[in-house]
Amino acid sequence: MADKPDTILVENPWQTLREYTDARIGLGRAGISLPTRAHLEFQLAHARARDAVHLPLGFVQLQQDLEQVLAQAGLPGPVLKLASQADGRPQYLQRPDYGRQLSSSSQEALTQWMADSPPAAFDIAVVVADGLSSLAVQRHAAPMLDCLLTSLADTSLKVGPVVMVEQGRVAIGDPIGETLKARMLVMLIGERPGLSSPDSLGIYFTWEPASGKHDANRNCISNVRHEGLRYEEATHKLMYLLLEADRRALSGVALKDESDNGQPSLASKSGNLLLKTPNT
Amino acid sequence: MSYQISLGQKSWQFNDLKSLLAKASPLRSGDCLAGVAALDEQERVAAQLALADVPLKTFLNELVIPYEADEISRLIIDRHDALAFAPIAHLTVGDFRNWLLSEQASTAMLARIAPGVTPEMAAAVSKIMRLQDLVLVASKCQVVTRFRNTIGLPGRMSTRLQPNHPTDDPAGVAASVLDGLLYGSGDAVIGINPASDNTEAVITLMKMLDDVIQHYDIPTQSCVLTHVTTHIEAINRGAPVDLIFQSIAGTEKANDSFGINLALLKEAYAAGQTLGRGSVGQNCMYFETGQGSALSADANFGLDQQTCETRAYAVAREFKPLLVNTVVGFIGPEYLYNGKQIIRAGLEDHFCGKLMGVPMGCDICYTNHAEADQDDMDALLTLFAAAGGSFIMGIPGSDDIMLNYQTTSFHDALYARELLGLKPAPEFEAWLQTIGIFDQQNHLAYGNQSLPAPFEHVIRGGH
Repeated sequence: MADKPDTILVENPWQTLREYTDARIGLGRAGISLPTRAHLEFQLAHARARDAVHLPLGFVQLQQDLEQVLAQAGLPGPVLKLASQADGRPQYLQRPDYGRQLSSSSQEALTQWMADSPPAAFDIAVVVADGLSSLAVQRHAAPMLDCLLTSLADTSLKVGPVVMVEQGRVAIGDPIGETLKARMLVMLIGERPGLSSPDSLGIYFTWEPASGKHDANRNCISNVRHEGLRYEEATHKLMYLLLEADRRALSGVALKDESDNGQPSLASKSGNLLLKTPNT
Repeated sequence: MSYQISLGQKSWQFNDLKSLLAKASPLRSGDCLAGVAALDEQERVAAQLALADVPLKTFLNELVIPYEADEISRLIIDRHDALAFAPIAHLTVGDFRNWLLSEQASTAMLARIAPGVTPEMAAAVSKIMRLQDLVLVASKCQVVTRFRNTIGLPGRMSTRLQPNHPTDDPAGVAASVLDGLLYGSGDAVIGINPASDNTEAVITLMKMLDDVIQHYDIPTQSCVLTHVTTHIEAINRGAPVDLIFQSIAGTEKANDSFGINLALLKEAYAAGQTLGRGSVGQNCMYFETGQGSALSADANFGLDQQTCETRAYAVAREFKPLLVNTVVGFIGPEYLYNGKQIIRAGLEDHFCGKLMGVPMGCDICYTNHAEADQDDMDALLTLFAAAGGSFIMGIPGSDDIMLNYQTTSFHDALYARELLGLKPAPEFEAWLQTIGIFDQQNHLAYGNQSLPAPFEHVIRGGH
């Protein structure tokens, strides 16, 4: 349905300035309130963001996608599935500390797996966690891994086990990486959804992951999605971190991402529109 | 000292004052996360009953964080005004609630006692008040501050125009500023959260906002919400700094995690005063707070998050701010889980701030992982405006595309103003009328597909 401009609805001619911003400017008004269409478009965006938080990640499908990507790269995997201590979404949302710890059965299973079938020598463990957006992980985790494996094929760095985690936070990669004895950890996790970005994937990188590491020990690449940072751009940044960390044996604040130095600024040519003088 | 209470067959003991305060707090997720919340509903009310019997004087003698251990505890005690406290010195917490609701607590009397109210007294009484108590008493409090206009007068509600953009793009920022001004927003401040904390980038934004304010001769002030040290550096480089911003918390350790202390704030305040850029007053500080910040810095010392929050207001009032903003729903569901908890926290913060003489506004907001939606924000906005809240945020269509959360829109402010007959700050109101945005009845003066003449060139020039 569309709102019709008539005597009821006031439209704003400056909605044309939307070419300069994604902000919801020039929405018009019904009285002093939002027009029906603008109101319901907001509700739809919020519904998408809410579903990204609350709809469970389809782990069966994700496992198939990840295994296919690994097989194409000639990697054996395996793809494991673990769970955090958080029992369901409400608890996950209220107790971030639970989301950072493996459940006791998952910790036991992982330790047992390492004892029974230790992986061949590898450099990088990959952890994929639902985080705050199952949509982001469902949509972007496998293609992002695919893009990364393509770039890694030209290097000597080897990818080992891939671990999926249910109700996981970023720091849960530390006990997993520690148990796997990984030199490096790449975590793919769903970020807190924005109203206009429900499917944003975050990538966290840690050198020698171990329980008790802090945020300052990690590097973050944020906003991976079609309308944000593309897979190729994210891979470019991540490869810089992986190769530098391999050389310098560190990650976090001491390893600054300088992969995009010299990138042109996004600042527009138009400047401060409000100071334009008439007829210019 | 411990506190006991027996009710029927059951009895409870609370080990100290901070534990009593924590257990008396209405339920919120952050206190559960901290492990300080009441174990069940009966324990909570038992604590409230015990707290009601505590004399206000106790809060001057039994400190929730020791005097020696925390500079904010020292600030609270050293700055306590015994003369202002005298009219309420004989009351218990429960009596204090009754007194606040009584006719004795007039607007003038509430202003008189404000310097005698410590954060813990305000927090304590708020814990035994319902929402209607928090609204009614706050509506009697009046805190008026001035820079280029007058904030907090009765019958007025101001707005911060928040034109955030993910890359600080000048055209993108300008488009949101225009949208806000044309909807009558921006009298509290035109305030940007910058994407970059680079000093030169921050100064570019400061100059841009100052240019707009000067070009259109707007009686308002600008602010770029960056760290206080960046403000000091910008002032040293000659940047046009109106308001100096800083996030503050209620314990020394939490402030340390923000990279600030009282001495640094004092230095920033002095730097702002030397500029003297206000026209009708020189309240030059803008602070933001929010329940949960101390715990998230692992610096809550067993206190509940609302008591920690009120201690931040003691920091704020030391520096005579123009604006103090509780960013109530930004921190996430591990501190305030749902709409009910966010609504109560916003009204508690406003009440406690006003009772202590702080010019309290509220970022009525939520994130997408909180159990909240626009209906919850409408409820808080309506209650907050009825309580006499000093200012709210204004953003295009409630969607902050830089910080990724939802706050009140320009439309929301007009709703609250129309519903409750609230006007902008008087100087800004006169400007809106003169430039043709509002008519004499403060309704939007322009119609379909039109805009006030002084702004027409912005659109024509763009195409």
